[in-house]
Amino acid sequence: MAQMNMIQALNSALDVMLANDPNVLIFGEDVGYFGGVFRVTDGLQKKHGLTRCFDAPISEGGIIATAIGMGAYGLRPVPEIQFADYILPAYDQLVSEAARLRYRSGGEFSAPITVRSPYGGGIFGGQTHSQSPEAVFAHITGLKTVIPSNPYDAKGLLIASIECDDPVIFLEPKRLYNGPFDGRHDRQLRTWAGHAAGEVPEGHYTVPLGKAATVREGKDVTVIAYGTMVHVALGAIEESGIDAELIDLRSIVPLDIDAIVASVERTGRCVIVHEASRFGGFGGELSALVQERCFYRLKSPIERVAGWDTPYPHAFEWDYFVGPARIAAALNRAMEA
Amino acid sequence: MSNLPSLRLHIPVPPARPGDAPSFDHLRLSEAGAVRRPDSAAPEAEMRDLPYDLIRVLDGEGRAVGPWDPKLSPDMLRRGLRAMLATRLFDDRMFRLHRQGKTSFYMKSLGEEAIGVAQSLALGERDMSFPTYRMLGWLMARDYPLIHLVNEIFSNAEDPLKGKQLPILYSARDYGFYSLSGNVGSRFGHAVGWAMASAYKGDDGIAIGYIGEGTTAEGDFHEALTFASVYRAPVILCVTNNQYAISSFSGIAGAEATTFAAKAIAYGLPGLRVDGNDFLAVWAATIWAAERARTNHGATLIELFTYRAAGHSTSDDPTKYRPADEAEHWPLGDPVDRLRQHLIALGEWDEERHAALVAELTETIRAAVKQGEAVGTLGQSKPSVREMFEGVFKEPDWRLIEQRRELGV
Ligand SMILES: Cc1ncc(C[n+]2csc(CCOP(=O)(O)OP(=O)(O)O)c2C)c(N)n1
Repeated sequence: MAQMNMIQALNSALDVMLANDPNVLIFGEDVGYFGGVFRVTDGLQKKHGLTRCFDAPISEGGIIATAIGMGAYGLRPVPEIQFADYILPAYDQLVSEAARLRYRSGGEFSAPITVRSPYGGGIFGGQTHSQSPEAVFAHITGLKTVIPSNPYDAKGLLIASIECDDPVIFLEPKRLYNGPFDGRHDRQLRTWAGHAAGEVPEGHYTVPLGKAATVREGKDVTVIAYGTMVHVALGAIEESGIDAELIDLRSIVPLDIDAIVASVERTGRCVIVHEASRFGGFGGELSALVQERCFYRLKSPIERVAGWDTPYPHAFEWDYFVGPARIAAALNRAMEA
Repeated sequence: MSNLPSLRLHIPVPPARPGDAPSFDHLRLSEAGAVRRPDSAAPEAEMRDLPYDLIRVLDGEGRAVGPWDPKLSPDMLRRGLRAMLATRLFDDRMFRLHRQGKTSFYMKSLGEEAIGVAQSLALGERDMSFPTYRMLGWLMARDYPLIHLVNEIFSNAEDPLKGKQLPILYSARDYGFYSLSGNVGSRFGHAVGWAMASAYKGDDGIAIGYIGEGTTAEGDFHEALTFASVYRAPVILCVTNNQYAISSFSGIAGAEATTFAAKAIAYGLPGLRVDGNDFLAVWAATIWAAERARTNHGATLIELFTYRAAGHSTSDDPTKYRPADEAEHWPLGDPVDRLRQHLIALGEWDEERHAALVAELTETIRAAVKQGEAVGTLGQSKPSVREMFEGVFKEPDWRLIEQRRELGV
């Protein structure tokens, strides 16, 4: 075991996979010599060689198209898109190609690629360095979408994603790279040092895709979250005095429906939290699933806490970002009804 | 089995990394004054040598030489120098304010000031630019109020963009400056569309679009060139080749194989490759392309060959990926020094006047910053939170109205 932040844990996962499998290779904007703008690929080119981790032209469509071609040939490319906000030029490649190649070719070809990309807010990154686009991938059948919330899971999930034979969108909550941010931006920030999930094995291990984690057990209400919101929700729960059960989905496709249903059946109440804007967000799908499967056990309406339906505004970072106060209010509404 | 060697994957590598001696031997340069200047209405097929040359006017002694000399008046040269210096001094000041935590982000145009300034002055009021984030010089040349810039950078209560946009991603329609966005390249086609609209309406304005050399890899670049060519749009399309895209040298964008100006050939457009640190050369190429556009001869691609002398942004440390002293070895010098040297060579400027100008601009910038700080820096002051919900649509729908109410604003 070693103490790692999320950047080091992701770097370790890539390092392990480059060493284990000669078909794994990494490319993306500034990931080579420089090691990536968030340093996730730091040192990998030097250690594993120029052709294993290299810089790509600024062309997200080109990066994903070539990754698909390599994947079809038999490699396991792990392209990086520098910010999830910039993944959209590649959207057609992901939706029309990566997601369907296996289906339409009768299994002759497939695209076992893992697209890593930092996402999410809380960093004063403005409109194009803060967005949470998971719903536009979850909607596309044929793509898996993974979102870790701590260093241990990040490494295990990334290795599982690279070993997965389907295309995976691997969204990294950049606000959690250096510590478990609970939304209290005006307090002393914590790092991963001393956090149980900051203890990371150095070698190979996996965290399976499609298995949620129960972060906190509770009997009054089920809170479903992923990414940064796991920590914001945990902080809000602890301050609220409500005995909430907190589920970290870890991957939204595949979705651990059993864990969700089992918890809501027990608590009878459900609060869904995500950073992305509300309308058409993944919370809508979660809400529908809970309603369909747990309707007769529900004691109160399902609550959704999400980003406002506006672009991500620079000056209003903390008015937009889903913080503990809004989560606490939703918990109270769920409990009162 | 064939007896050919096995295939190898080529990955471009720059000539120098940290610790190496800077090397620019591989660059394709021309002497000042050496490149011919065809008629602006000449057929593209007769100009296919130009994308491989480098149009330069200012020589090593600060003299303007050759057929591209735009013969500008000393007053215009001084205006250019003033705007370039203002850009540089403002950048320096803002960079320091970022270090003091007064804003979240900043990007400089150090070493590239001639481009925005010369093109802003050379083009007209009805022309529209579609800038990159390194085009502050355009606004400085048109005397955009400094206090607007400062307030935008602080995202404070007086921010002209109402706190919605990142620092430096300005929008200034009345100054011919189209709205910037954080995603690179995506406005290159807007410039072509704007120009097509001007032609459709029978107006006389043209458009000028910018893209970094790194970003020419995006589809946006190729799509814009295709449309510009097909519809003979009255547009000037510029690649600012400052040699770097964050840490990636221009080889990652294809510079090992050809020049960026030469990409024009495949689209049937003229391509000019220009010394971007030479105020006069930038000016001359711009008015050549503008004349071509205004006379319905269509678009031109201009590669502005320059060097990003500073880091990519406040988040970057260039000594991690290039020799620390590389900027000093850039063979085409510094654009401010070269224009100053030219004015001095003409007898129209001296060191004393230069020092006085620097002092005056420094004071003006200091005063604007003070005024902005009095309103508030990032986090101390912001527009009404109600603004967050405005402008999503022309009129907010029920979702926004409900959410605004939920937030209590
Ligand atoms: C679509 C998109 N992809 C990636 C980025 C991240 N990014 C911001 S600036 C930049 C480098 C741009 O380089 P270049 O076009 O050469 O312009 P320069 O910064 O050198 O002026 C990158 C990759 C982005 N902003 N938008």
